[in-house]
Amino acid sequence: MRDPILTREYLKRRSFIELSARDRAKCLFDSGTGRELAGPFDRIESPWLAMQDVTPEADDGCIVMRGTIGGQQAVVIAFAGAFQGGAIGEVSGAKLTAALDLARADNEKGIRTNAVLLLETGGVRLQEANLGLAAVAEIISSIIALRRHAPVISLTAGTVGCFGGMSLAAGVSSYVVMTRQGRLGLNGPEVIEEESGVEEFDASDRSLIWSIFGGQQRYDQGLVDALVDDDADQIVKTVRDLIAQGVPPVHRSEQVDLYRSRITALEDSRQWNPEELHSWKNQNKKENQ
Amino acid sequence: MEQFEFNYPAKRKVLKKSHVGVVGSGDLEVLLEPAKDAAASVRIRTSAEGFKNSWKAVLDRFFDRYDGAAYIEINDAGATPGVVFLRLQQAVEASER
Amino acid sequence: MESGRAAFLEESKQEGKPMNKFTGIRGRIWFKALTGQASSMPGDPHSVLTADAPIGEDKARFLCVVPDPDGRFPCARRGEVGLEEAYTLAARVREAIHADKESTKRPIIAIVDVKSQAYGRREETAGIHLAAAAAADAYASARFAGHPVIALIFGQAISGGFLTHGYQANRLLAFDDDGVLIHAMHKEAAARITRRTVAQLDKLAETVTPLSYNVRDYAKLGLLYKLLHVSDPEDPNAEDVSLVRHEVIAAIQDARKTSPDLINRIESEAARVARKASRLVRARLAEQWNH
Repeated sequence: MRDPILTREYLKRRSFIELSARDRAKCLFDSGTGRELAGPFDRIESPWLAMQDVTPEADDGCIVMRGTIGGQQAVVIAFAGAFQGGAIGEVSGAKLTAALDLARADNEKGIRTNAVLLLETGGVRLQEANLGLAAVAEIISSIIALRRHAPVISLTAGTVGCFGGMSLAAGVSSYVVMTRQGRLGLNGPEVIEEESGVEEFDASDRSLIWSIFGGQQRYDQGLVDALVDDDADQIVKTVRDLIAQGVPPVHRSEQVDLYRSRITALEDSRQWNPEELHSWKNQNKKENQ
Repeated sequence: MEQFEFNYPAKRKVLKKSHVGVVGSGDLEVLLEPAKDAAASVRIRTSAEGFKNSWKAVLDRFFDRYDGAAYIEINDAGATPGVVFLRLQQAVEASER
Repeated sequence: MESGRAAFLEESKQEGKPMNKFTGIRGRIWFKALTGQASSMPGDPHSVLTADAPIGEDKARFLCVVPDPDGRFPCARRGEVGLEEAYTLAARVREAIHADKESTKRPIIAIVDVKSQAYGRREETAGIHLAAAAAADAYASARFAGHPVIALIFGQAISGGFLTHGYQANRLLAFDDDGVLIHAMHKEAAARITRRTVAQLDKLAETVTPLSYNVRDYAKLGLLYKLLHVSDPEDPNAEDVSLVRHEVIAAIQDARKTSPDLINRIESEAARVARKASRLVRARLAEQWNH
């Protein structure tokens, strides 16, 4: 017999994944404080898409919003997975970099400003190739410059996931938050199958995909800081809690010796069962106790 | 890429601008703003070529009911007339909230 | 020099195919030419060459990723930047940051000739995205700490491989040569994914500059500090090496004069034209930031 209380709780849940990028960004802010910058009516579009017969979007698929989260200044930058797979073009990349740099400048003036990145993105937009790639390099640099002052939180909920060059952006962030539906990796399953063959990776095997890239696995191997349900309220609370934790003493991407030794310890003669890497998280836990 | 413009008579003042949709496959975005004159105009950009008549038909139907003096921009990636109509309705709703 | 190169190529054959079918030959040649050294540091995988060597008034740390057919991981044996390569780069760059904490910040010079990142199941399972992030982080951190970071793009600089090794540099230099390929994806794969033919991509690249595979078009984007002209990138003579050294020294001096961020990539003369939209975004966001 179904537990009536649990069912009620489940029905009250508001799906975060079903929200548009704009609505996801909006819901993170303290009520009514979210304000969009360089929005669709500013009409700063990609200069490169129309000439390739691809319809541009008025916000180039990137939404920048300012407001307060938990009473503190914050900027949220969300990529619209539905537009070009959330891929980074000249303009969408510049919006993220500029937002990070402005947040950094405010922090340097003593105005604590946190950043949350909603990463549903396949990486570089191929239609803008070298400008997309350059933008990603600049994004990585700007995250590193900002995160000394205030936490940079990357959130990937799905359905697009976070792949390509933007997985490095997640990698250099202060905290990474994912749902179980979300995926995180450098090269997607199709790309690996394409480059290294179906023996290496069968991109049609969904359970294989989630067993390696999925939020649960990434959390279990210690590469993700918080695993959340597809529940907007829970996600908002998690983001607030991480902001409150502040800048971590060491960022994951700075722990080179630790991860280098972990790679050295892996056997080279075979593929690894993703579960074998759960020891990484357990080791992290032990060290933090 | 094709670009069209359609104009319709309109008198009622539009109070608020609105934006709905996303330029995803089979979808479109609509930007709606108060027009400068007492008329309505629609500018469409679409990657699905050869459907000018379809667009006219949908807009004729839409402006049968809607009388706002709006400037509407549409960026389309192959939406069906049904989806176009829906997005236009959403844009109007949002501008009248 | 000719016979030396021939011998090098002969020695470097893999499975009977000449090494220049893969990337990495230019990297190895120039690493040797600029540092006089040819190996990885003790304990490091053979795919990462690191050496501290004089350049101008400085002693710089040079780093290069090269093919290692005997590497531990099959998907990273042909010049790809894989797990070991990324973490080794990160470690050697951080070693330099730490050693120079209280003294002159040595220049860090990335010799770039990388086919791509490594595409493999092992790599994804073990979180190659974090490995790549760690290397980019190290280079960026070195730059922010005051080390002049210079990237010498002498061969291929593709996608994740370039993001990991080179793209965080203060100054990017490249040969003006058809063997230099800077891009987000190799042509055939890019054509397949965007559902065009290679010929169509080439045609598009004539008007859509960021799509071009030609380094001269890349230079128009305003990201490069300098395009270098040498007689033969794969068989440099003494003059070639001298020219490169001279330009690297100039790049180091230039980097030391300016802020440690990447703003020069958007402020350059060429960028003011090619990256107008980026500049507009920055201006608009700054205007609207505080209402």
